[in-house]
Amino acid sequence: MHIVVCIKQVPDSAQIRVHPVTNTIMRQGVPTIINPFDLFALEEALALRDRFGGEVTVLTMGPAMAEDALRKALTFGADRAVLLTDRFFAGSDTLATTYALATAIRKIGDSWGPVDIVFTGKQTIDGDTAQVGPGIARRLGLNQLTYVARLAELVPEEGKIVVERRAEGGVQELSSRLPVLITMVEGTNEIRRGSINDALRAARADVQRWTAAEAGVTDITLCGLRGSPTVVKSVFAPSPRAEKAQQIPVTDRSIDEIAAAVMGDIFARLPAIEAELLRQAAGY
Amino acid sequence: MAETNEPAQAKPAVKKPAGAKKELPEHLKAYKHVWVFIEYEHGEIHPVSLELLGEGRKLAGALDVELGAVLVGGNRGALGIAAQSCFEHGADVAYIAADPVLEHYRNDPYTKALSDLVNLYKPEVLLLGATTLGRDLAGSVATTLLTGLTADCTALAIDSERSLAATRPTFGGSLLCTIHTLNYRPQMATIRPRVMSMPEAVPGRSGRIVEHTLGMVEEDIVTKVLRFLPDRDSNKAQLAYADIVVAGGLGLKSEENYQLVKALAQVLGAEYGGSRPLAQKGWIAADRQIGQTGKTIRPKLYIAAGISGAIQHRVGVESADLIVAINTDPNAPIFDFAHVGIVADAIELLPALTRTFRQHLSVNRCAS
Repeated sequence: MHIVVCIKQVPDSAQIRVHPVTNTIMRQGVPTIINPFDLFALEEALALRDRFGGEVTVLTMGPAMAEDALRKALTFGADRAVLLTDRFFAGSDTLATTYALATAIRKIGDSWGPVDIVFTGKQTIDGDTAQVGPGIARRLGLNQLTYVARLAELVPEEGKIVVERRAEGGVQELSSRLPVLITMVEGTNEIRRGSINDALRAARADVQRWTAAEAGVTDITLCGLRGSPTVVKSVFAPSPRAEKAQQIPVTDRSIDEIAAAVMGDIFARLPAIEAELLRQAAGY
Repeated sequence: MAETNEPAQAKPAVKKPAGAKKELPEHLKAYKHVWVFIEYEHGEIHPVSLELLGEGRKLAGALDVELGAVLVGGNRGALGIAAQSCFEHGADVAYIAADPVLEHYRNDPYTKALSDLVNLYKPEVLLLGATTLGRDLAGSVATTLLTGLTADCTALAIDSERSLAATRPTFGGSLLCTIHTLNYRPQMATIRPRVMSMPEAVPGRSGRIVEHTLGMVEEDIVTKVLRFLPDRDSNKAQLAYADIVVAGGLGLKSEENYQLVKALAQVLGAEYGGSRPLAQKGWIAADRQIGQTGKTIRPKLYIAAGISGAIQHRVGVESADLIVAINTDPNAPIFDFAHVGIVADAIELLPALTRTFRQHLSVNRCAS
């Protein structure tokens, strides 16, 4: 089995701050992490490799510093890492991103054996689009299995796979055929700690660095800003409400007095809610 | 730098050839009308699809074009009834693809149905709900059509050049950005449930029906649906539609203290939820997360306890009729959009509120 896991290095969202005057993102000192959803994908891939044999290749597209995320993935036990980095990729929207990643996955298959499964997280925590997985699947003609919570069955020699997919209002059990693209939802597993051997190996390992040309991109106009149909016209902070919240006075009041004031205020503004609650309390 | 609908750091340094508005290429001028993909599953239209018909109606009005509803499913009779509901919620035309292979949602045949319809009838705007189904489908269809797709929009408008301005939070929800799809059609966007308001139905309003043949047989489709297990906890689905919602944030300081939110919710017959950090910490289930990347809610009363009010949270709650915020920090951003604020420790105030409401409701019950 040859499994490719697409990961993304993202800023730790809990620590992003916006400059209050210029409305720009203050990235200095914000630590980066592997997109948390991608770790569920990586663990699932590593577990399959441990069970069925084969190799796990991790792939990311990003600036040179994204190599840190790949090295981290190697410490968890991935066999190989590819960094897709080139100024031509700058400003890619999801369509341009899927073109670059799909091209690189083809090259990975040509270089190290046909790819049976491509894994991604269900979405990233910075873009939050959930569009890249489906885009890769479509471009490579892979059977698309998104929001997967569990792999119920896999028979590699028959190419058979059964998954449980988180659908609207329930779980869909789907059977499909390799090669597939799977996006994983959260909470399905927990990333392993990684062995000392993996850590030593990761420290020495060569991360493959591919430019657009080296990845097999033949048409540079499909990459980066030029290959992106969407354009960001403006970035702005939302305008505050005309009036700030009306504060309930709290000084020199007990907590129960404050609570009574809050309830009084709510019911004064929403008499219908009070009537409804009283009706329910009375058992009607 | 990769995978964004957000401005990359490198962007300002790069020349933006697409940024300058040009005359739309000749072959794209044929694209006209606003479409909504209607999610029809288990015999029901997903409410988000009707909400999008309401929004689509406004966009179609601004463009002076028709509003189309795309209905895909296994049973022609049922889709006809659903089409009538779409007309009553604002659609002028219903495009119906009925085929046994479309009975349950599967990516392949649904992508073919929707992509073929777009190529045949050329809508300029295509909206889908940002549900698991809508996002699975939208990504495939946009890639098939090689056009732009903006996820999880919180506002849509038609600008002076007749192009769709799609606004969404960016940078992890710390700012908003407006995205355009220039020189590609259709302009696609997904919108989460409850972001747009439900339009009033106009009983008896009718429209035109266009039939579409899928042109695919079961043997062509690799992926099979073995079974569907409905969620047991039906409450999960009701958070977005609850009248009263109580939610907690990091100000609660511990997972145990989250119980204080549940206790108040119980007295009020309310649904409960939390901010994104709570979901990330595992204090609440992912489907209890409120905000742009979780559930968008439009309750009559929203009580936010110990939530600072980041933009990604704000866009998920600001349609509430009354927002009551409890926070120890008088400068917390939540006081910028809440209606009522209390500078207090939620860990103390929540139990007091629970007592006060319980007493009020039981006293009045005895009195009545």
